[in-house]
Amino acid sequence: MTLAQRYRFIYKPLVFIACLAPLAWLASGAFGWFGLSLGADPVKELEHEAGKTALNLLLLTLAVTPVRELTSQPQLLRLRRMLGLFVFFYVVLHFTIYLVLDLELNFRTLGADIAKRPYITIGFTALLLLIPLAATSTNGMMRRLGRRWQTLHRLVYVIAVLGVWHFYWQVKRDVREPLLYAGILAILLGYRVLRAIARRRAAATRSVHPAPAHPAAPLTSTSGSATAPERT
Amino acid sequence: MSTRIPRIAPSEITPPEVYFSRRALLAGALATGASALLPAAEAPQAQGAALSYTTNPQYSVKEAPNKYEEIAGYNNFYEFGTDKDSPSHNAHTLRTRPWSVTVSGEAEVRGTFDLEDLLKGVALEERIYRFRCVEAWSLVVPWVGFPLSTLLGRFKPTSRAKYVEFTTLYDPRQMPGQRVPVLTWPYVEGLRIDEAMHPLTLMVVGLYGRVLPNQDGAPLRLIVPWKYGFKGIKSIVKIGFTSVQPRTAWNEAAPNEYGFYANVNPQVDHPRWSQATERRIGAPFLAARRPTLPFNGYAEQVASLYQGMDLRRYF
Repeated sequence: MTLAQRYRFIYKPLVFIACLAPLAWLASGAFGWFGLSLGADPVKELEHEAGKTALNLLLLTLAVTPVRELTSQPQLLRLRRMLGLFVFFYVVLHFTIYLVLDLELNFRTLGADIAKRPYITIGFTALLLLIPLAATSTNGMMRRLGRRWQTLHRLVYVIAVLGVWHFYWQVKRDVREPLLYAGILAILLGYRVLRAIARRRAAATRSVHPAPAHPAAPLTSTSGSATAPERT
Repeated sequence: MSTRIPRIAPSEITPPEVYFSRRALLAGALATGASALLPAAEAPQAQGAALSYTTNPQYSVKEAPNKYEEIAGYNNFYEFGTDKDSPSHNAHTLRTRPWSVTVSGEAEVRGTFDLEDLLKGVALEERIYRFRCVEAWSLVVPWVGFPLSTLLGRFKPTSRAKYVEFTTLYDPRQMPGQRVPVLTWPYVEGLRIDEAMHPLTLMVVGLYGRVLPNQDGAPLRLIVPWKYGFKGIKSIVKIGFTSVQPRTAWNEAAPNEYGFYANVNPQVDHPRWSQATERRIGAPFLAARRPTLPFNGYAEQVASLYQGMDLRRYF
């Protein structure tokens, strides 16, 4: 089996099933399968768990680049699109539960919430920003957009900050869990900042001293550019 | 998602006999260590024991009460953890007998009283009250208790007693949540003296005709039905009469979000969410959200207490 085949027939299906597991768990609780239940307030439980799953997968998506670079496993990139699309799936599920089960389709309250409740405003903004990313996730769109694709998809950093902020702001008092998410996000984003600085330094060194004398810094040697063609 | 979401599966619900016998066993196990101190007469007061009481239809709403499992399984009692189901899992470490209450401040009768003595001769009644949490969910609860005024009257508050301050037990060994500084421990709440003496204000010792489960604030808690639930301080060990407004736990934690008065008011939103509507726990799928009523539906009885006050300012 070639690497591509292994991803296509083994790794990707496994990740796909793993990403559906939280949905199966929630559905089991909601319908009382396997003796599971969602407690006294199933609506809040569904709403919160769908949102938290979206955040978990978003952090996982952002972890792909550091992990593939630090472990020299560039092919991991092949899993990233699926993870990103599952983030979108769970965010839409989270919003649908909020609108249908929590607000009971009261669109006036929805409008008031989005306009007046800062945590809902930023959460809704994150949802809107995810739409163009999901819509341009196909190979065709990547080809068509070329370099602009990467620029557009950097929006995911903004979305991640808004998502964690949304979580932090809706917690009543015990902010330990949102702070944990914020800490992990800070590490994932901090890695990228440090890498960018390292690359700039390496580039500056190269421009002063012509190439052969100074090979590129280790971080860039894996040709870890996000525009690598292996993104499938 | 078109199918109705079922409640807790019947198989999930512990039958009351098993539930209470398990609690009684636990309480018994805890008591053996201190058995020398515990007179045998206290056994019937164990958690879940049946209480004798009369019903008070005059002060009861007509709505159907929530199930026992909903009231005892969905609690904000941060002393036992901040998740809604933490208190029902963790509160078994609370020892509710023997229990004493210390009375201090602007009253003629002060001192430390055993709870059994305080409850002696008190006529218990069941009142079915609405319960509205500041988090915009609500319950209907059949409490068993007695008017706070009958208790406070016995301490003979002086004319300088303008407020009443209540304090929860502080003991991180029994209340592990107190090891985490989510709030300033111990939890403190307070009422203006006229609010405290109002006939609707209830000292609660039971639920569904039985001794209050620990997670709902045993052995003695406050219920002020026209205020948000956090005013209903649980597991009270101190009552103080003061001439100045006491500091209160949530108000201290976030003064712009939780006021001293905390009267249920659909017109005054929490800064982060609307208070105009609420979701009734356990209500049918897609029919749980209902408008929140001023003073939680008790405006007729209590609105006069706040005549002339700006309720936006004194939220």
